[in-house]
Amino acid sequence: MTATIDYTARVENEMDLKMPSRSVNEGFARAAVAAFCAQLNPTAVELADLKCAVSEAVTNCIVHAYRDGIGEIRLNVKLCEGRIVQVEIRDRGCGIPDIKKAREPLFTTDAAGERSGMGFTVMESFCDAVRVQSRPGRGTTVVLLKRLHP
Amino acid sequence: MIHVKHQVAFERMQDTLYIRLSGEIDHHSAVDVRVQIDEKLLSDRPKYVYLDLSSIDFMDSSGLGLIMGRMATANRYGGQLIVLDPSPAAGRMIRLAALDRVIQIQFSNTERRTSK
Ligand SMILES: Nc1ncnc2c1ncn2[C@@H]1O[C@H](COP(=O)(O)OP(=O)(O)O)[C@@H](O)[C@H]1O
Ligand SMILES: [Mg+2]
Repeated sequence: MTATIDYTARVENEMDLKMPSRSVNEGFARAAVAAFCAQLNPTAVELADLKCAVSEAVTNCIVHAYRDGIGEIRLNVKLCEGRIVQVEIRDRGCGIPDIKKAREPLFTTDAAGERSGMGFTVMESFCDAVRVQSRPGRGTTVVLLKRLHP
Repeated sequence: MIHVKHQVAFERMQDTLYIRLSGEIDHHSAVDVRVQIDEKLLSDRPKYVYLDLSSIDFMDSSGLGLIMGRMATANRYGGQLIVLDPSPAAGRMIRLAALDRVIQIQFSNTERRTSK
C-alpha cells in the first residue's frame, strides 16, 4: 500500500491546531480532522478509519508522551492532490526509545493503565501509511497517510 | 465545552447484570466507564455480566482495554463476561485485536449479524 502514496503530492488545503494534552481533547481532535476532511466527501468508513487513527495518536501524546503532566499537542492536516489526507500529530514529550518495538502489536509500557498495546496496529490498519519519528527526551511525530476513494 | 458523550446503564436480573454502553468510547470516557462498572461488579458480584455494545458509535483501542479489564474484574470473583451485539464501530476493533478468541460474543438475532 505504501508504494501507492506520493509523498510529494501538491497540498490543496491545510489546517493547524494546537491543544493541551487533556484527555477531553481526544474527541475534539478526531472530530476536527473529520470535519476538515468532509470537503473531500469521504465515505463513512474512511471517516471512521481516520477518526480512529487520529484518536490513537492523540491519546498516545496524552497517556505516554506527557504522562507526568500537560504539554502541547500539534495537529497538522493536509489535503493533497490525488485525494490523499496527511495528518501529522506532534508532541514534545518523552519520546520513544525503540520505535520498532513500540509498533509491535500488544506492546505497551502502560499495562496498569489498561492500555492494550494496539494503538499503532490500529493506525496501520486504518491508514495507508504511518511514519513515526521520535527522539527520547525531545518528542514524537506521527504522520498518518490515507488515500480516499477516487 | 465538550459534553460527556458516553453513558452506562445497568439492569439487574437475578444472577445476571446487563450493562449497556452508548456513545463514544475512548481513553477519556473509558476512565469513567471503568470506575462505574467496577463499582457495580464488586458490590453486586453477578454471575453473568452482559456488556451490550450495540449503541457504541465510536471506539478506539482504549475500548479493548476497557473490555479486557472488565472481564478480569468479573473473573476475579468468579463471574463471566459476555459481549452482546457489538456495533460496527465496536466489532471492527474486536476483530482487529482478535478479542473474539478470548471473549464470549453473542448476537441476540441473526438479522443484526448479517447487517454488519
Ligand atoms: N507519543 C508517544 N510518546 C511516547 N511514547 C509513545 C508515544 N506513542 C506511543 N508510545 C509508546 O509506544 C507504545 C505502544 O503504543 P500503542 O501501540 O499506541 O499502545 P498503547 O498506547 O496501548 O500502549 C506505548 O506503550 C508507549 O510506550
Ligand atoms: Mg496507544
